[in-house]
Amino acid sequence: MANTTATTAGGGDFTSNLGRIYGIYTGGFIAFIILMAILSALGVENVVIGYLFMGFTIVIYAVIGVLSRTMHVGEYYVAGRRVPALYNGMATGADWMSAASFIGMAGSLYLLGYDGLGFVLGWTGGYVLVAILVAPYLRKFGAYTVPDFLSARYGGNLARLIGVVVLFSCSFTYVVAQIFGTGLISARFLGIDFNVAVYVGLAGILVCSMLGGMRAVTWTQVAQYIVLIIAYLIPVIWMSTVKTGVPIPQLMQGQALANITALETAQGITLHHITPFAHGGYDAKNYFLLILCLMVGTASLPHVLMRYFTTPSVREARVSVAWSLLFIFILYFTAPAYAAFAKWTMLDLVASGLTPENIGEKAGWMMRWAAADNTLVQICGKTATDTAAIVAACAEKGVTALSFADINLNADMIVLATPEMAGMPYVISGLVAAGGLAAALSTADGLLLAIANALSHDIYYKMIDQNAPTSRRLIVSRILLVLVAVLAAYVASTKPSDILSMVSWAFSLAAGGLFPALVLGVWWKRANSAGAVAGMIAGFGITIFYLVMTQYGADFDKATPNMELWWGVKNISSAAFGLPVGFAVMIIVSLLTKAPSRDMQDFIEEIRVPRGKQMMEEKTA
Amino acid sequence: MATPDRVSYWNKTKRLMFVMLGLWVFFGYVIHMFVEQLNTIVIFGFPLGFYMAAQGSLIAFVVMLFWFARRQNAIDEEHHVNEE
Repeated sequence: MANTTATTAGGGDFTSNLGRIYGIYTGGFIAFIILMAILSALGVENVVIGYLFMGFTIVIYAVIGVLSRTMHVGEYYVAGRRVPALYNGMATGADWMSAASFIGMAGSLYLLGYDGLGFVLGWTGGYVLVAILVAPYLRKFGAYTVPDFLSARYGGNLARLIGVVVLFSCSFTYVVAQIFGTGLISARFLGIDFNVAVYVGLAGILVCSMLGGMRAVTWTQVAQYIVLIIAYLIPVIWMSTVKTGVPIPQLMQGQALANITALETAQGITLHHITPFAHGGYDAKNYFLLILCLMVGTASLPHVLMRYFTTPSVREARVSVAWSLLFIFILYFTAPAYAAFAKWTMLDLVASGLTPENIGEKAGWMMRWAAADNTLVQICGKTATDTAAIVAACAEKGVTALSFADINLNADMIVLATPEMAGMPYVISGLVAAGGLAAALSTADGLLLAIANALSHDIYYKMIDQNAPTSRRLIVSRILLVLVAVLAAYVASTKPSDILSMVSWAFSLAAGGLFPALVLGVWWKRANSAGAVAGMIAGFGITIFYLVMTQYGADFDKATPNMELWWGVKNISSAAFGLPVGFAVMIIVSLLTKAPSRDMQDFIEEIRVPRGKQMMEEKTA
Repeated sequence: MATPDRVSYWNKTKRLMFVMLGLWVFFGYVIHMFVEQLNTIVIFGFPLGFYMAAQGSLIAFVVMLFWFARRQNAIDEEHHVNEE
């Protein structure tokens, strides 16, 4: 390890002391929360608490990033392949759970009830596919990037190039959503303008990933997982304790659901929270197609798959997928409870006799959110900036007593606003903001690294200059990382769509473009180069065509009428078309053209068994 | 190379993969197709169909993956293709 510049992270001492180091870190974070609670009780202003929470956590991530800086190629791309299964699972958890999971999901469950559970199922079940079909085999191959595998298996740079195009499209869409999320949090909790806030979030992202590549991102992500899971659990445990006296929200969710149904009936709401296939246009067809696209997308997203390149062995890679899902599960089976307790709280608030005149006093938090962004809270169809505005809007519609339906909350604000909604002290709001930020930053780091690696390793090193010295490759990677990040921040500042839709599109793009080529590459020896190239182009082409045409139309203008949906399938499940087309084209074209060579068949045999040297050896210095 | 032992190794691996895939289809899709019937059963306030989508299937996925890692490692060792 002569080339590693820092021995504190990534060295032998560090890996054997992981438990102790992260134990101290977790204790330190809890002590910090308590300190903030004390400061808050002493009368320190809310906005100062917000700055301290976000500033302190970002400084910690930056310190880890700086300590893990490296100029060693193996460390930069795959963290030296020494990350133990459990910690890789935790890092994957943070890599995976983004602003969509942390901020968006419980909000969507709140609005969509049962039908929002499609996201919960889709974003967990996909790991089964990762473990049984893809990850262990890619680990055996020993790639640095996903296009590396495509190029080796489908002989040549054409497959690699298409792989890079798909990777770029899905990861870029995904990273825009994360930067959007950091902007939303910074705007509300630091009180800065959204357009400025996205660039502030960007700075936080860059310090972690730029210096140390995969190694820095891995150890920061473990730290971010700890912050985000604590921040997610505390408010919902709090609500459960206040409402039911039992601090196990996942269990007490049953009681919350029973109360929601009773309150809905009492308030004359006919569409119940627990009714399946009835909310937001999710009929049974769209519900199941969404689950399919999200699950298959999970097993195709390069930033997730590349996490399994970092484990020491194939065996560890498999166990690591199981750990990943366990860590992810902790948040995902809490999200429906989060939504249920938040909805119960809101229904109780409405039942307490809410009028346009007294809402400002009973729920002042709504006005604060409406002031941060005018699309977040609408009452009687208008932005609810103050009592006067609400009274005027409701008078216009003839509403004297507010019902649940008159209050329209944006899905992206529900988790962040819940502490205020349930009357918790401001320190919990600060904690939730830090958690949301950790979720968005950790995913953005992984995504930017996936993009920069593909551009520097696959395009620059493999396709343009095979003789490039190591130092130049790593510098190119860092420059590209910054350029892509700035571009993503710019796109995010235009607010292209809501977080959950943008993320779901990324899943469909990955599923339609990469899944057939990855799976058949391992499981079907007859799959050949022509088939894979045609399949990827067709699958990705149909997916992106459907998405763009139904969302923006041929004129790229959202306002004008766009293409009709095919059989009513929502465009967040675009891969519903791309996936079958991709598979069909790949199989047919493969069968019509020459079978892969003897050498290639031996290569596939080798990928299928864990024993033996990893197949791709890189010159690392 | 395609020695008899390798063929039998791959057959066992494939069988395990299809068992997992079958369980995945069941917990990911089939059980949720009966959500309305399952919702008539209520436990601790949870309608069962809602419970399966919110928690039940998720627990099944986690357990399945740990079981799979163990089974596949056992197959590796039995056929002496595990990593040294």
